Amino acid sequence: MTARLVLQSADITRALTRISHEILESNRGASDLVLLGIPTRGIVLARRIGEILDSIEPGSGTVGFLDVTMYRDDLAKNPTRAPSPTQIPAGGIDGKTVVLVDDVLYSGRTIRAALDALNDIGRPRAVRLAALVDRGHRELPIRADFVGKNLPTSSSERINVRLLEVDGVDEITIEGGDA
Amino acid sequence: MRHLLSTRDLGRDEAVAILDVAEDMADVADREIKKLPALRGKTVVNLFFEDSTRTRISFEAAAKRLSADVINFSAKGSSVSKGESLKDTAQTLAAMGADAVVVRHQASGAPSVLAQSGWIDAGIVNAGDGTHEHPTQALLDAFTIRRRLHGASARGRDLDGVTVTIVGDILHSRVARSNVWLLSALGAHVSFVAPATLMPIGIRGWPVTVGYDLDAAIAAKPDVVMMLRIQGERMNAAFFPTAREYARQWGLDDERLAKLPASSLVMHPGPMNRGLEISAKAADSAQSTVLEQVANGVSVRMAVLYLLLSGNAGEK
Repeated sequence: MTARLVLQSADITRALTRISHEILESNRGASDLVLLGIPTRGIVLARRIGEILDSIEPGSGTVGFLDVTMYRDDLAKNPTRAPSPTQIPAGGIDGKTVVLVDDVLYSGRTIRAALDALNDIGRPRAVRLAALVDRGHRELPIRADFVGKNLPTSSSERINVRLLEVDGVDEITIEGGDA
Repeated sequence: MRHLLSTRDLGRDEAVAILDVAEDMADVADREIKKLPALRGKTVVNLFFEDSTRTRISFEAAAKRLSADVINFSAKGSSVSKGESLKDTAQTLAAMGADAVVVRHQASGAPSVLAQSGWIDAGIVNAGDGTHEHPTQALLDAFTIRRRLHGASARGRDLDGVTVTIVGDILHSRVARSNVWLLSALGAHVSFVAPATLMPIGIRGWPVTVGYDLDAAIAAKPDVVMMLRIQGERMNAAFFPTAREYARQWGLDDERLAKLPASSLVMHPGPMNRGLEISAKAADSAQSTVLEQVANGVSVRMAVLYLLLSGNAGEK
């Protein structure tokens, strides 16, 4: 099985820069914006988007992370998952616009869990979703507001998002499938 | 993890992993909505053959915060007082669909009997069996020490090089036994201080140093002093002449507290006999972690129940 490279470091940076501008545009500025990354790689992406937002409008990149492990609907079907920490920025999320950030949007179940988790933490004014890759195959009525790249895939394929901070390299590859 | 019966089975990495999950659970306690949906639809039975307030309430709070259903069963006022055997009780609980059973029993080994008998297919948590073990107490003690020493950066760390002195009725103490195995697995050095009559026989193989003089132990400036309760209900032989003599020799009184370094922690698993093994001043001092231990108990028990009950039953 060979892995096909679909996005390189420069492509990822470009996609994140575009997403950052889109976030600012749809929010009409940077006020009351909170980015929440979903572990593991969503955290890295949220931090990067936060830095870009900061460089466009200083002070706008408020970043936290949100663990959704305890809210998953497949806890009983898989081996025990260790949760990871949640960190909500000091101002909380009440009345803010929360942008959830994840690496790959697939079934939508992780985002469903994230929405439930947010519910227990506070009441944001609005929740948006940013994903670096949208690979389709949704199982729930959920869509992303900001997408880095749409990658039509077969469900037998595997998308690997590797990021410098976690994996030592910035790249997105597709593996497996019949192609 | 299928059961939690003894801290002796826990290696360093496994213990650190449980403490890390407990850190995440502790974060939930700071939120307005202190509840997680992780164990919805699971049933936890608190099966208590021996009196207990804090352990039972702590397990109950932990299970409820994870959205599990809790059934409390105490031997008093139940069919056990009519002579029902452990086997029949267990099979009754199994028939009611218990997913986890938290057991406290006056007989050492009762939880492992339940775990190995095949009477019931639930996860078993030992909440204190006779004079054998009390693993969740040791986990919460380790968690409390780690949090006080390392603060916010505690995740992933062990207790390497920490010196812990456990004082008092070691002979009857399941807390001391569980702590020895867990704390030494985490890299801490444990020492026991007790009257010779309250020191267990056959202690040589344990990873502890043994002493009989509390003043000498305090002069060695331990990082942690853990006072054990003098268990009135088990004092059925002449272990020491009088309570006052015990308090003079082995109690943490105000004078000994003053000699202890200000950074040393004073721990007690509760309930305390103020004026006997610990003075009121020591119990209420800033060094005392007694109430933190209670709060942390809920987080640690949430972690244990989560690790026991989430995940598919296939992995055993």
